[in-house]
Amino acid sequence: MSVLVIAEHDNQRLKSATLNTITAALQLDKIVVVLVAGRNCRSAADSVAAIAGVGKVLLADAAHYEHPLAEELAPLVVAVAKDASHILAPASTFGKNLLPRVAALLDVAAISDITRIISPDTFVRPIYAGNAMVTVQSPDPVKVITVRTTAFDAAPTTGGGAAVETVDCPAALGISSFVSHALSKSERPELTTAKIVVSGGRGFGSAENFKLLDSIADKLGAAIGASRAAVDAGFIDNDHQVGQTGKIVAPDLYIAIGISGAIQHLAGMKESKVIVAVNKDAEAPIFEVADYGLVMDLFAFLPEFTAALN
Amino acid sequence: MKILVPIKRVVDPNIRVRVKSDHSDVETANLKMAMNPFCEIAVEEAVRLQESGKATEVVLVTIGSSLCQDVLRTGMAMGADRAILVETDAVLQPLGLAKLLKAVIEKESPGLVISGKQAIDDDNNQTSQMLAALLGWPQGTFASKLEFDGEQVLVTREIDGGLETVRLRLPAVISSDLRLNEPRYVKLPNIMKAKKKPLEVIKPEALGVDITPRLTILKVEEPAKRSAGVKVANVAELVAKLRNEAKVI
Repeated sequence: MSVLVIAEHDNQRLKSATLNTITAALQLDKIVVVLVAGRNCRSAADSVAAIAGVGKVLLADAAHYEHPLAEELAPLVVAVAKDASHILAPASTFGKNLLPRVAALLDVAAISDITRIISPDTFVRPIYAGNAMVTVQSPDPVKVITVRTTAFDAAPTTGGGAAVETVDCPAALGISSFVSHALSKSERPELTTAKIVVSGGRGFGSAENFKLLDSIADKLGAAIGASRAAVDAGFIDNDHQVGQTGKIVAPDLYIAIGISGAIQHLAGMKESKVIVAVNKDAEAPIFEVADYGLVMDLFAFLPEFTAALN
Repeated sequence: MKILVPIKRVVDPNIRVRVKSDHSDVETANLKMAMNPFCEIAVEEAVRLQESGKATEVVLVTIGSSLCQDVLRTGMAMGADRAILVETDAVLQPLGLAKLLKAVIEKESPGLVISGKQAIDDDNNQTSQMLAALLGWPQGTFASKLEFDGEQVLVTREIDGGLETVRLRLPAVISSDLRLNEPRYVKLPNIMKAKKKPLEVIKPEALGVDITPRLTILKVEEPAKRSAGVKVANVAELVAKLRNEAKVI
């Protein structure tokens, strides 16, 4: 038996969420096999082979895996998972889209977003926006799991020397196809792995004002996050949303500016090591989770804070 | 095209739940209940498709106790034509739900299923993908835009890196994300009208589906609490604390 990890990558580079997933996998079993499915994705497979702890890399290279379509990937995962006791993927939009489909094909439960492994069949995961943690036990022959990446360290990217084995690819189903994507381009660190995140909320009032966060983010080398209200209002793109159904972050420092702190937002950031809240409303719930709270209008705060960082 | 919209009744999203003292579950007795917010978005999308002539009928389905009739009435007040309650007091998990929904879909033969991407109680984000798998249909998860093109639908999806558009063969399962639309407020006359719309009650046994839960809940606990922080008086004090005390900048 072995643990099968589904790698997330863009055919060239591995997404770092895979590294956290491999750490979780190594807590379950010494033998970790990683599936790299894509098109012309040998370089991604090679980088997986170099990760400490990876026992074997399965490479599935075919045109219908160029983009991660769940319809095409799920039968492949089922085909290569014959000896797997567990199938793991990061709880990213990639993993959340794919693994429940795999679980249903295998007629087993899926276990979403685990934060702790108690034993090979028992896991802890958040429910109700993280206001409760449930411990679940699975009797299924194969456990299909998405892993909350902030709850597990990243595996070292070097030190391994796994063999890369090419696997047979099931024929394309052709019921879905990729059309296009509009990916955010940014020189800033990635939101889910950044050491510092500065986030803005409804208080900013406009997309133009939201850009005031840029100079602080640049000074601190931080990623920019947002509350749902800010995204819904069109201040910033959806991929910056932090919260229950957006991204989960746990940086060393999280600075929430003009964010009231709805339950749904707190769910995405309350595991941050140090939380700073700046809000003109002294009663804002964000202050209940903040290590340092400052009651101040954000438009007065931003220039003063930027100056103080110089 | 008939659209089937599976919806769920959950604790009102603005309520912070408490864990039961015996750690068996969260306390939900006497809490205000509501339609899951993502399901509301799904209903709204289906109703808009009907209003724009792309859909011929919108059918809601939910699974749970007789109390769930209230969210079906709400959905019909939003504009859905009729509703089905699969009535059961059993503990339900996504795989069992997907199997029940599949059985309903085999009876109803919709051309499209639109559901919410995630229920805000158990936060699983699984049922739509499982349903698509069991039906052998394509899935357009975390959708923020739908466009129909003959026998196909173009789905714009909210993914970690931004947006992705995929083309799916119909019939398909769509799961809604937050930006798909903004659900309407229900008007009183429509609430009255919804009371007269058909609501069919069926039992899971009649669908011949095994809904036994797979996962055993061992315990439910409060998350670790953050210790209370301090208020700082000004920016200078904040920066000093971050530099010298927390050492994070």
